[in-house]
Amino acid sequence: MDSTLILEKGIFITIIFAITMLMAMYSTLAERKVAAWLQDRIGPNRAGKGGILQPLADGLKLFSKEEFLPDTPNKFLFVVGPAVSMSVALMTSAVIPWGDKLHLFGRDVILQATDIDVALLYVFGVLSVGVYGIMIGGWASNNKFSLMSAMRAASQMISYEVAMGLSIIALIMMTGTLSLREIAEQQAGMNWNIFYQPVGFIIFLICSFAETNRTPFDLAECEAELIGGYHTEYSSMRMGFYLFAEYAAMFISSTILAVLYLGAYNYPGMSWAVENWGVNIANVIGIIVLFAKICFFIFFFMWIRWTIPRFRYDQLMRLGWKTLIPLAIANIIITGIVILLFDS
Amino acid sequence: MSTVLIIFYVLSAVTLSTAFMTIFSRNPIHSAIYLVICFFSIAGHYLLFNAQFLALVHIIVYSGAIMILLLFTLMLMNLNKEDEVHKPRLTRLGAVFSVLATCGILLSIFLRSKPIMGDYDTTGEDYQSIKVLGKVLLDQDNGFMIPFEFVSVLLLVAMIGAVLLSKKENSAK
Repeated sequence: MDSTLILEKGIFITIIFAITMLMAMYSTLAERKVAAWLQDRIGPNRAGKGGILQPLADGLKLFSKEEFLPDTPNKFLFVVGPAVSMSVALMTSAVIPWGDKLHLFGRDVILQATDIDVALLYVFGVLSVGVYGIMIGGWASNNKFSLMSAMRAASQMISYEVAMGLSIIALIMMTGTLSLREIAEQQAGMNWNIFYQPVGFIIFLICSFAETNRTPFDLAECEAELIGGYHTEYSSMRMGFYLFAEYAAMFISSTILAVLYLGAYNYPGMSWAVENWGVNIANVIGIIVLFAKICFFIFFFMWIRWTIPRFRYDQLMRLGWKTLIPLAIANIIITGIVILLFDS
Repeated sequence: MSTVLIIFYVLSAVTLSTAFMTIFSRNPIHSAIYLVICFFSIAGHYLLFNAQFLALVHIIVYSGAIMILLLFTLMLMNLNKEDEVHKPRLTRLGAVFSVLATCGILLSIFLRSKPIMGDYDTTGEDYQSIKVLGKVLLDQDNGFMIPFEFVSVLLLVAMIGAVLLSKKENSAK
């Protein structure tokens, strides 16, 4: 491994980290603006022009608040909880192909931190570890309500992970690879997976709402029953980490949705653009297209939040176990039969 | 020392110390968390063998599913120090004796056994690739297809058994 490669990857990872943070920061503002728009209000508009500095003001407020430690015998785990949540939310971005490649300074820069053969499994591994942040934080708060909320969040995430995994199996049977880069390359032009796997896409979309604890599945947070949520005892920036991790997770799952089903960085006429405008311009447009798809999904998350009322907890579990999992299994069987009939 | 060797020693130190802490820590939740760290370092060992698939499946199954369910039960039971049952002296003596006997057997095995394989030979195949691994596992002629299918039947039987057990408890009410 030569030193230029390490430097290149280092710079690339730093840029991705910065973009993820920026997207998470501005998602908080976007959420309030979208909510205001849907409810016919104006929304935050005091800090900066049209409220553009609002996330910075929020961050400053969180930093200047008192850091309160509750009377708990597990001070260390109490601090570890939000840290685990945050780092897990950021870790997934390592395997995502953000674009094809750029030709810079006489070398091809591949726009992906690392292309491993089992990238999709890596995403699921990171996802399953994400539960620990919430569970450890909720338990270490030494508060019955926090514990209940953490249990709710964790059991919801575990249940929907099963349906999510099953919906992905049908996709893998079709693509024949677990590498996200190869999946992205197979969807060149308008050959997107959503047209071949519409049921899988819908199951995956519903499950990603449950995985990120967003409405209509945000039962882990509830003022009336739980006085807040798993972060009731948290204050200052530790609380901010939990909230921030939620937005980062939303950004990442929008990215995964865009890469798996909506053709990643591909757009119609990309090969024509490569021929006529050169590699760099075509791929910069590709990155912009990918981010447009991501922004659409982030908007979709918010749109759902202010449109659909939340579920009851037993309805949530019934939907996960009795509807989505059988549907995903049926989808696998039908995909298998179709592949057997038409591919051989 | 090469980098791989340094990583191996660090990982081994983490594995062993967290495994010991799993047994020694008084708080059951703490020992469960130590066990999770132990599982992660074992996944690191798999990565040193270039077994990416095995490492990730290990993380998903053990750290992601089994340990979370275990933590669930532990957190909801809320065990305290006062709940700890004091075992009679005879049981303790028996435990010490059986541990010593196991140690003796293990020691004799390690001292007397000889390595069968002197050197590892390279087959030239890339076992990092999940495609090669799938062919080895599911090839009909010289693979492990039949044992693989038997394992899935075994899992199915275990699942049905678990459902049956939980059903029985309901009807007994």
